[in-house]
Amino acid sequence: MATRTAVVGDKERRRPMERARQATLVRHLTVALVAGLVLYVVSNALSAFDNLQLATMAYSFTAVAGLTVLTGLNGQVSLGHGAFMCIGAYATAKLLGEGTDHLPLALVLLLAALITAVGGVLAGAAAARLRGPYLAGATLALAVGLPTIADRFPTFLGASNGLTVIPSTPPASLGATFPLERWQAWITCLGALIVYVLLANLMRSRYGRAFRAVRDDEVAAELAGLHVARVQVLAFVVSAACAGLGGGLFVVVTQLAAPGAFALTLSVALLAAVVLGGLGSLWGAALGSAAIVLIPQWSDDLSKSLSLSSNVQANLALAVYGALLIGVMLAAPRGLAGAFDWVHQQVRRASTRREEEEQA
Amino acid sequence: MTRFIDLTLNGIANGAIYAAVALSLVLIWRATRILNFAQAGMLMITTFIAWSAIDHGASYWVGFALALLSGLVLGAVVERTVIRPVEGAPPLNAVIVTLGLLVLLQAIAGMIWGGNPHSFPPAFSIKGYNIADHTVLFSPADLFGVLVVAAVMVVLLLLFQRTSLGLRMRASAFEPEVARLLGVRVGHMFTIGWALASLAGSLAGVLVAPNVFVAPNAFDSVLVFGFTAAVLGGLESPPGAVVGGVVVGLALSYVSGYAGASVVTLGALAILVAVLMIRPSGLFAPAAARRV
Repeated sequence: MATRTAVVGDKERRRPMERARQATLVRHLTVALVAGLVLYVVSNALSAFDNLQLATMAYSFTAVAGLTVLTGLNGQVSLGHGAFMCIGAYATAKLLGEGTDHLPLALVLLLAALITAVGGVLAGAAAARLRGPYLAGATLALAVGLPTIADRFPTFLGASNGLTVIPSTPPASLGATFPLERWQAWITCLGALIVYVLLANLMRSRYGRAFRAVRDDEVAAELAGLHVARVQVLAFVVSAACAGLGGGLFVVVTQLAAPGAFALTLSVALLAAVVLGGLGSLWGAALGSAAIVLIPQWSDDLSKSLSLSSNVQANLALAVYGALLIGVMLAAPRGLAGAFDWVHQQVRRASTRREEEEQA
Repeated sequence: MTRFIDLTLNGIANGAIYAAVALSLVLIWRATRILNFAQAGMLMITTFIAWSAIDHGASYWVGFALALLSGLVLGAVVERTVIRPVEGAPPLNAVIVTLGLLVLLQAIAGMIWGGNPHSFPPAFSIKGYNIADHTVLFSPADLFGVLVVAAVMVVLLLLFQRTSLGLRMRASAFEPEVARLLGVRVGHMFTIGWALASLAGSLAGVLVAPNVFVAPNAFDSVLVFGFTAAVLGGLESPPGAVVGGVVVGLALSYVSGYAGASVVTLGALAILVAVLMIRPSGLFAPAAARRV
């Protein structure tokens, strides 16, 4: 709305551009298209290992973006998003099966997201009655408890060894030498971009405003005619579906769904990405997901170059997550996105000051 | 029938440990309105300290005392360094900080002691008592645990109800501003509250260690059970935490005995959700309006 008032002055000149910018869907699609092109070029230039990293960032983003909507936009904290990734991963692994004659991958991933969304309805219905620390504790119990189900059904879910799937190979039209990692990066990036467009639109829609209203003041939201519990459950469902898709993409990349991958550490890493990104912006979620993929790698490199002991090496990334969570909350509660905003504001303030001085 | 009795006794023994964890969460919640997720990490560190001492040839009781002492110190240090800035901030900030601290402590423990689980000796024999030609699932070590937790509970109760320090702590928790106006050093009271809570947690760590082994993330599920117990007791009342601990211990013992040990954590989740759905403020909380 702010843009509309801003263009009143010279509307004749700017109208077509402004109208395009105002059309939320067009804008988000453009961003996604540009990002897709950039990712296409980048993935063609990257090595196999770096493409794998890119794929990891993409599936992390899918889950982190979902958690951003829930925690940043709707104010419900979840320490259990690793559990939703776990559901999505196992659903994907079961649907893909051990053979190659499975449903199309896109359909499998969609179904995995839907199955996780059903889990989100159950969790959300319980969560809508819980606040703050109670919710955090309940979702923590979910994160610790859910992966243990795999041990309960060893034949169906493969106990602690988990389920393996055959990697989805790139189509023959791309050539016989097309690297598998690049294909995986394409699939996951496409998934991440679709989630970006959907969530970016959702945040700007009636529902996004309802999410924010409930976060900021439940009583006021209720007085404004919103059904608070329903809005909270919806946020949980959307968020769980994203995490489920993230879990499905995880299986596409790793070809494995095993309980060890969905320990509490994963949920903490997802939350760290959201917090680091600055609670509530998708841009921040992307930065945060990049960070949680790069931090383990950098800390590995660092400990190797300093030739630290294997104990230190194995735990350095975890220590960095922990220190980051504490440090960001104490020093910059609005995260990386907030820090960029702050720098931006300072620069603008400095430039207006300079203009004023020049005029004077 | 003997199986049921066995499971009941086992449940009481575990319940005492969960009660101690719940107590440590409740004390902090009462004082600072923060749910301390780092408790699992704090009691893990103190248990590792005790393990190191015992591993280097010290007697069990030296390790035991070291664990409690380091718990006391660790609680105070944690409150002073990372918790003080988020007291009074939005609840989410405190949740994230304590979670970050949990991860940080687990990483530090992994760096120092490695990721392999270490066995921890019990205080007394873990061989069950022999009653009427049947070895029950209740050992001298279990009895020791129950008695120690009960003793700590009584001491805390006396401290809160009968001493000037306890009165000042309760005043600080109840109405920090007014307490400050009346000359209570509220900050000090919070620090002492955290130290005492951490002491209760470190006690739970030493007691549960023989069952779960000592490893950086071995105590995650103990935190979940303790949290369930604390919520069951209403998060507000220390006696509620103890009752909640025993109830959770019994319930999980039956779940483990009749449905399999792998679903115990989910059993805790089910209890938690059921309790919170019926009475969001816990079973033992006084009927009070929750501010929204």
